[in-house]
Formats: sequence, structure tokens, C-alpha cells
Amino acid sequence: MTEISPREGHSDASAHEVARPAKPGYSPVADVPHRPRATDVDPKAARRAERQVASMFLLSMLFVVLFVVAYVAIDKTTVVYIPVMGDVGASNVALGFTFGVAILLIGTAAIQWSKKLMPDVEVVQERHDQLSPRRATAEAAANYERGKDESGFARFKLIRRTLIGALVVFPIPMVVLLRDLWVPTEADEGKSPADILSTTLWTEGSRIVSDGTYAPVKPEDLPVGGLISAVPEDLREVEEVTENLNARGKAAIILVRMDPSEIRAQQGDGWDYQGILAYSKICTHVGCPIALYEQRTHHLLCPCHQSTFDLADAGNVVFGPAARRMPQLPIGVDEEGYLVALSDFAEPIGPSFWERG
Amino acid sequence: MTTTSPVEKAGGATATYVDQRIGSNKFLSRNLGKVFPEHWSFMLGEIALYSFIVVLLTGVFLTLWFKPSMVEVIYDGSYVPLQGVKMSEAYASSLDISFDIRGGLLLRQMHHWSALIFIAAMAVHMFRVFFTGAFRKPREFNWIIGIVLTTLGLLAGFSGYSLPDDLLSGTGLQIARGIMQAAPIVGTWAAFLLFDGEFPGTEFISRLYGVHILLIPGIILALVTVHLMLVWTQKHTQFPGPGRTNDNVVGYPLLPIYMAKAGGFFFVVFGIIALVGGLVTVNPIWIFGPYTPDQVSAGSQPDWYIGFLDGALRVMPNIESVIFGWTISWNIMIPAMILPGILFTAAGLYPFIEAWVTGDKREHNLLDRPRNAPTRTAFGMMAIVFYALLWVGGANDIIAVAFDLSINSIIWFLRVALFVVPPIVFVVTRRTCLSLQRRDREKLLHGYESGRILRLPHGEFIEVHQPLSVKDMAVITSKTDHVALPAPEKADADGVRNKHYRWQMMRHRLSSFFYGQNIPQPSMAEIEAGQHHAAHDAELEAPLHDYEDADELRRAHGGVLHHPGMAETNTEQIEQDRSQH
Amino acid sequence: MKFLAARRRSPFVASALLIGALVVVGGGYAAVASVQPAEAAMAVGSETQVESGRQLYLEGCSSCHGLEAQGTQSGPTLIGVGAAAVNFQVGSGRMPLAAPGAQAPSKENVYSDEDIAAMAAYIASLAPGPAIPTAEQLDYADADVAYGGELFRINCAQCHQAAGQGGALTQGKYAPNLMQAEPIEIYEAMLTGPQNMPVFSDAQLPTKDKQAIIAYVRELQDSASPGGLTLGRFGPVTEGVFLATAIFAALIAAAVWIGIKSR
Repeated sequence: MTEISPREGHSDASAHEVARPAKPGYSPVADVPHRPRATDVDPKAARRAERQVASMFLLSMLFVVLFVVAYVAIDKTTVVYIPVMGDVGASNVALGFTFGVAILLIGTAAIQWSKKLMPDVEVVQERHDQLSPRRATAEAAANYERGKDESGFARFKLIRRTLIGALVVFPIPMVVLLRDLWVPTEADEGKSPADILSTTLWTEGSRIVSDGTYAPVKPEDLPVGGLISAVPEDLREVEEVTENLNARGKAAIILVRMDPSEIRAQQGDGWDYQGILAYSKICTHVGCPIALYEQRTHHLLCPCHQSTFDLADAGNVVFGPAARRMPQLPIGVDEEGYLVALSDFAEPIGPSFWERG
Repeated sequence: MTTTSPVEKAGGATATYVDQRIGSNKFLSRNLGKVFPEHWSFMLGEIALYSFIVVLLTGVFLTLWFKPSMVEVIYDGSYVPLQGVKMSEAYASSLDISFDIRGGLLLRQMHHWSALIFIAAMAVHMFRVFFTGAFRKPREFNWIIGIVLTTLGLLAGFSGYSLPDDLLSGTGLQIARGIMQAAPIVGTWAAFLLFDGEFPGTEFISRLYGVHILLIPGIILALVTVHLMLVWTQKHTQFPGPGRTNDNVVGYPLLPIYMAKAGGFFFVVFGIIALVGGLVTVNPIWIFGPYTPDQVSAGSQPDWYIGFLDGALRVMPNIESVIFGWTISWNIMIPAMILPGILFTAAGLYPFIEAWVTGDKREHNLLDRPRNAPTRTAFGMMAIVFYALLWVGGANDIIAVAFDLSINSIIWFLRVALFVVPPIVFVVTRRTCLSLQRRDREKLLHGYESGRILRLPHGEFIEVHQPLSVKDMAVITSKTDHVALPAPEKADADGVRNKHYRWQMMRHRLSSFFYGQNIPQPSMAEIEAGQHHAAHDAELEAPLHDYEDADELRRAHGGVLHHPGMAETNTEQIEQDRSQH
Repeated sequence: MKFLAARRRSPFVASALLIGALVVVGGGYAAVASVQPAEAAMAVGSETQVESGRQLYLEGCSSCHGLEAQGTQSGPTLIGVGAAAVNFQVGSGRMPLAAPGAQAPSKENVYSDEDIAAMAAYIASLAPGPAIPTAEQLDYADADVAYGGELFRINCAQCHQAAGQGGALTQGKYAPNLMQAEPIEIYEAMLTGPQNMPVFSDAQLPTKDKQAIIAYVRELQDSASPGGLTLGRFGPVTEGVFLATAIFAALIAAAVWIGIKSR
């Protein structure tokens, strides 16, 4: 200890150590009052503890056997009623219980063994500073100097600088190699991420179909207060080709219908159809799909971070962390009377990004 | 034991064989008797270590069946409500593990529970280290390793949560991608590169899989090794107690006691995880259904360790600015990037900040009692409460439903509480610590208040004070009175202006704040006088002890002093009453 | 008062006062709650079903929904909501409303089946609306559970949660837990869009689809838990709470046990 030690005042407490026979590995025994245990003084108690520990190890083996039995005997679909837990899968419960108890018994037996039968006398060991001895430090420094000298690292300036340069430059290929983590599809060739994020599958005349049933929607199918999660009709064909869900993640919309007199504002003139409004389903905060629509208040609530949008008021944010309104999709009907999009969204859907502006 | 069994002989031969090649006996001679101090809170780090081992073990099993692929398949396994549904191979194989591999669900649940335990155990272990000042010199590096391990634990957990590709895990990834996209300049490119284009793409799960099963656990394993080696060479800290000093370790030797206890505890932790994995459902992925980017479930939550980030995202007001056509999403950057950045950096640097403020360069092997470092303890409590409030934010929809509250009110409450409650907690904690210090001082000066009232022959009533036990004495007197760094001079004796005046003044102020309002420890003489006085009380009481051990009887009779002739049992009482009448 | 003042510190007196207060409040509540069925019982059996329904309506509903069911400040119009809406709202005890609040909670139904049928008939007579689903419509025995699950996740899970445990809406409103929901309630709720729930018309989700959804909700209600205790299926939050309480209690108890000196 080179610094002032606040402990020094008390170190004399350990000074009057009781002389006890030293044991290999540690010495001396700590100067704390020790009360002998029952197993120390009563051979019967010691025998009992021994039997206790041994029987726990024995039981553990038994539970391993039970585990194997349960694995073989219990069908994976069997259901069993257990009070408190209710109807549960028999296999999982039996396997977990037998395995758990088998392991737990080993642990408790080992701890019990140490508590009852191994010595419970605390012992003392000295600590030493982390600081290396002065000689070692000097030796290390001398070695370093010798290395510096012999290599000429200090003298050969040109070598030193080019070495540093080479070491800085050599990882560049490993970074460059990462560029093809994203290989754009043919359709996306030459487009920037921002371009791709700004368009969806919707175009003029895309028919709107109900998600899940993929049935086209007629205005009269949607009563006032109704809600339909919808996608473009050609989505399924696109998904067949691309074999991914990317288009779905951008094109998903919800259709809601309210009394036209309740619509206070829209993002474009006449973007509704007889009170039917189409809004993007993807939250403008961080992209959760939203369909928690309250038909009385016309509020749309995101279940992830609770951004709330007012669909009767142009999809504006009324609460929560989202900064941007929900993009609206202009809709109308085609000659067969089915709802269609009139164009793509006028602004990028989903979470904000740097280039969005 | 003079005879040597064949097994022992073989063991000895092996030891020699190995020693001749790697010199292992030198290490064993020094370390088989290595002493470890004992305290239940020293086991918290072990819980983290052991649950990590279980995570690795169960994880290896899961890799045998899990298919990290986003190729769409039609499910035809034995879980009826999803039969014929289109889903990714990752989700289908997770369902197979849950329903068609015997014991597979047990492995999945053990893996998930032990991962949750791993991170939680690291957190509480960190609290223990923080509040006892175990991060101080020479253990600062190990503290930083611990912080890095915790961060890696979060990444490991989140990457695992995202792998099964169920509706919940996919929603988590969608949010992660949304956050990534909000990063200035590089956001969209980072997201496109990681996901191979748009969300969700077809590559991400297989990429994440490599990170989850190789990269992160590999780094964790390496750092855990270093962490333990440092504990080994620096020797474990210990709590103050009789015979325990800064220069020694009092405890039990590695062989056999610590090995039996720590080894046994591994099996206890493992056993508890297996029991919980068998008895309690975690992440029932079959309920959530396959992921598609246009579906979501109410109450979508991350696992507990990401809850604070989710809460921060919820609580944050919706600020976004557009500068020269570039979007800066403060509403995402502040809670999801800046806040965790500050939290983890501040945590990592704390040992250095405290050492700089206090000017403390000593080695500390004896732990602080939290009350004896009131400012540190108060900071810690403040940070925990701040974190907990964010966690409440992350669970606010569940809380709203469970307690019939409004999510909007909870968010508004939190927006205020996050700034108001932690400072209150700081003040209350500091005052509490100081009160405890004051009580300690009282104990040193007057001994224990025994609660026994004694009437002296001349009629005076006194409360008997007992002298402190050796153990309490050692623990309480372990407190050190620290002095704040002195205020700097504006100029030295020769009138040369002190260039670092402002800097030193700030340090002086911080140090005064840190050590301020200390309750000084009484001097040795005062303590002795106090204990002597208590001994005097005990002496006055001694006549009572002539015919009974008051302490023993007090325990037996619920605090009523027992006198000779007084009935000890109900039967005796009845007989006495009868004989009197 | 002096008597009380002197004794109110006694724990017995405090408990007695508390019990007394509870009795008064509870008794009062019981008295108020029992008034309605008595009145309702008197109205049964007069004239046609529609007329008796109108009587019941005037007594129980008109104060909020208006004398002609045209709606008022405190309640929406009931013209055109159909018999299904009445059966759902009154049958589940949501109506009549006990107290104004963010949302009408489901509670003990105070009307008899005949009363509800009469009121439903009255409301249905005002304007055409969704009828009470027939037993045939409610028969989900042949429905495709997996298809119902897909529809449930698209149309229902966003509010009622993937496991049907319910979820929070804005300003204290909530989507109720579906674990006790009867098929007829589920059907009628989809058909009529009670309170803030959107309407899922028969054109959008035909009877076959509604049956599939009902079959899936029944599956959620009845299915065993393969992994053991469910923790309420609320998701990671309850898992975290279980971790922090039960599991850590066990682990720390074990750690403490290791440190306790044996005797």
C-alpha cells in the first residue's frame, strides 16, 4: 500500500491472531468466534447428514430415470389437468419437473454437504497490491527500449509512417465487401433507398381487396362505422413473383367509413368516396401496422407506442410520439362499382427517414 | 487416510502427466486453497454466469432443429390452429420444436427463461457492485467489462427474440428498423444493407442468426473469461467484519468448500431454470401467429430488458424537424439512440468520474456499506427509479387495462414524473443514508437500546444500553470519514495566477457535494467511553442476571422479564392462582 | 362525539367503523341495483311484444337514447341498430349504463330473456337493422379454425390482443377480454360494432368467416397450455414480473441459504 490506508487503524484487530496449526493452502484461521455445529460434536448428527446428502444424490438419479420414462411414455399431445395450472401439456411439465428436480437435488446435496460436513471455519489470506514490483517495471521498460532500438522503429521514419498507413488502409476491403449486403432487384436497380421507400404498389385503378379474404370491396359492403384491412388486388401476384412481403409492408391500408358530415378535413379534395376513407396502415413513427380504429371518436391508435391519429381530421396526430400524419390514399370506384385507388400515396408512408424532407 | 485408493493414484499420475507438460501444479499449489469471502449478494454474478451456461447449452440444442430461413412454407405440423397457414420456415421450425420434438418446448422455454434471468442477474449484480463501491480501484476495468457484457446481453436477447419470426418478434424487428431509418444521413442505407432492401425482405433472419449464435455469444464468452480472470487475480472484495481488513480476504478455501457451494449453486440455478421451463410458459409463439408486416397484436411488448427503450419511445413528445430538406427525427433519436447512449456511457465512466471527484487513488478491497456513501447510493437509486419509470412506460397499455387507467394519463404522468421523481428519490435516499449513519453513531456512543427499562433503587428509570458485539463494532467502525478536496487558491504564495482555478473550483464543489453532510465517526476514546457506559448499564442490570439469563428468557417469554417464582407455563399459573385463593 | 373521539384510536373501533361504512354503502348499492328488475318484472306480459318492449325502453333507456330512440347528448340514436345490438348490449349487461365513464363495462344482466327479446323487437320495428343471429349462423362446428385464426389476426388481434386478452384504447377505453365471450356475443359484436368497435358487416365477413373467427376464439378459450402455467397470456410484461418476483425470490433464497451457517 503506497497510499494512506484507512484500514490501518483496525488492522491490529487481526494482529492478535490465534496460533492454530497451519493447514496446507491457507493460513491462518480467521479470528472470529466459532460455534461448533451439531455435526461437529455429535457423530449421530454427522451420520444423519451423510445419509441425507447421499439420499439426495440417489433421488436425483431416480428423477433422471423418471425423465426418461416420461420422455418415452407420454405422448407429446397429452393434456393433463393440474390444480392451479389448469389444463397443461403433460409432456413438457413432466420433462421439466423431473429434469429440474434431478438437477436441483445435485445442487442442494452438494451445498448441504459443504454446510454440514465440511469445515465451517473462516480462514484468512493476505492480499497484495496489483502494482508490479519496481524491478519488474524497470525490466519491462528496458525490454521495450531494446525492442524499439533493435527494430529501429524510431529511426526509420519512412517505414513507420508507411506501416501505419498500410495498417489503416488494409481493412477497407472488409468494409467494401459489405456493399452487396443489399443487391437491388431489377426493378430497384439504380434507385436510392429513399426512392424505394417513397412508392408503393398502389396506382391509378388498383382495385382494393379485403385482406385475408382477398374479396374486392363495394362501397355498400362497408357500413358507417365499419373497418376493413385492405391491400391492392395485384399484391398476391406480386408476392408470387418476389417471394417476399415487402410490397405488403408498404401497401397495407385500412378503409373506414363515417358519416360524410363528420369528416372535418382530408389530405386532398374528394379523396374519400361517400364517406369511405383509405389511410395507410403503417405507423409514421416506427412502422407498426395500425388498425385500432375507434369508430365513435375516429381515432386510430398504434398499439406499439400509442401514437393516435384522427382520421376525421386528415389523419393528423392527436397524441403520442409520431410526428407525421397518416398518409391518405385517394379512392373512387371503377365501372363495376368496386373501390379502387385513384393514385399512389402523395407522400412516403411509414417511418420518417433522413432524405424524406 | 494413509492408504491411497487406485482412483487417487490414477488421479495423481494424471496430475503429474499434465504438470510435466503445462506446469499446472504451480497454479494448483497457489490456487486450490484460494480464499473466497461469503455473502449472498456475491452469488448474483454467479447466477448470471450459470444462467449464461444454460443459455449456451439449450441454445446448442435448439440449433439442431431451428431453420433460420424466411422462405415461405405451408405449415403441416401438429398444432391444429395453424395447419395450412403460410409462414416462414423459421416460424414453422420453431413450431416444430414446440410441438413435434419431444422436450423441444422445454428446451425453448429453458432457453428463453435463462436468457431473461441472465440479463436480470447481470443487472442486479451491477447494482450490488455499484452500491458497495466494488467498482473502485483496482476494479474499474472489470466494471467496464461488466457494462459491455450487459449491453451485449441486451443485443443477444433481442436478436433471439427476433428469430422465431412470429407476429411479436417481427413487430420488434419492424420497430428496430424504424429506429434505424431515423438515424441521420446513414439511416436508410444501413437499413437497406442489413435487411437486403426493404422490410422485411428474405435475408434478415439468417443474418441475425449468425450474429445471435456465434458473434455475440463468442464475444460474451471471451469477456466473461476475462471478467472472471480479473476477479481471480484481484481476489474478491469483502464486506467489513471482524478480522477483515483491506489487505486480507476472510472466507472459505476454494477446495473443498467454495467449490461445493459454487458448484452446488450452479446446479441449483440450472435446476430452477429447468423447473420453470417445464412449469411456466414463456413466449407462446403459436398464439401470436406468423409474421406479416400488416398485422399486429394489441399489447405488443418487447422482453423486459428492452422495455425501458420502448417506454422512452412512448413517453417522448413528437418532435421532428426538417432542415434544408433533411429530416431529423428527434422523437426517435432522443429516446432510442441518445438516451441509451448517455445511460450506458455514464454507467461505464462512473468509476472514473467518482474517483476524479473525490480524488481517491487508494485501492479498495473492503466494501462500502451503501449508507456510508450517501451520494453514490442516492445516484444509484435515482438511476434505478428513472429506469423503472421508463419500464412503466413500456408496459403502460398492460397497466392501463389491469388497473382501469387511461394510457394517455399514464404517459402524461410519466412525462412529468421522469423529471420530478428521480431528484426526489435522490434527496430521500441521501437523507435516509445520513439518518442511518446517525443511528450508527448513536450505537457507537451509547451501545444498543435494549428496550429494557430498569428502575434504580432511588426510583430513577433508565433504559438499559448494551455494548455492541464484536461483529457490529467491526462493521460500524469500518466507516471512513472522507474530506472534500480543498478549495483552490486564486494565486499561489508568489502571486502567480492559478491557471486551473475554475477547473479546480468545480472539482472542489463537486467533491464537497459528494462528501457533504457526512456524520462524523466518533473518536476511539468517545466510542470506548460510550461502550463503557453501556457496560455500566449492563452492570446495573447484572443483579437480575444473578438468578436468570434475562436474554434467554426474554426470547422464550416474548419480552417479559421472568422472575423466580413466576409461573412459566399456563398449568403452573392455574395452580398458583388456585393455591392463593 | 366525545365517546368516539376517545375511542377512535382503538383498532376495534376503527374496524367496526369500517365495517359499518361498508355495510351502508353495500346495502345502498344493493337496494339501488335491485330496483330495476322489480320494475321490469311488472312490465312483462302487456299487449304485444313490441309494445312491452317500448314500455321497457321508455323506463330503462329513453333517458339517454331519447323518447323516440332518436338519440340525445348522452346516448346515440338506436334507429337502425337492429335487434342484434339490443341483444348484445342488454344481454351482456353493458346497457343500461350504471354510471357515465369512458366505456360501458360488461356486468350482471338485469333483464329476463323475454324482456330483452321485447326490447329488441321494439328497436327492430323502428327501422331495419341487423337481426339476432340464428342458431344456424352460430354453428361453428364445421368452421376452419386456422382460417379463423388468420382472420382474427387481421381484424381482431390489433385491439383484442393475439390471445384475446383485450387491450387498451385511448382515454381509458379498452377492447374487452374475450375469454368469457359466447359465440352469440362475438357474432353480434362483429355485426353491430358496439361502442367504439368497428362494424364487420356480413358483406365484408360473411357468416362462414364469422363462424371461423368464433371457432378460433373458442380455441383460444378452451385450448390447454402446452408449456405450463400461462401467466395470463399478456405477453412479455407478465413474464418480466414473474421473473422479477418468483424466479428471483427462489434464486436469492438459495443464495441466502448457502450463506447461512449451519448449527
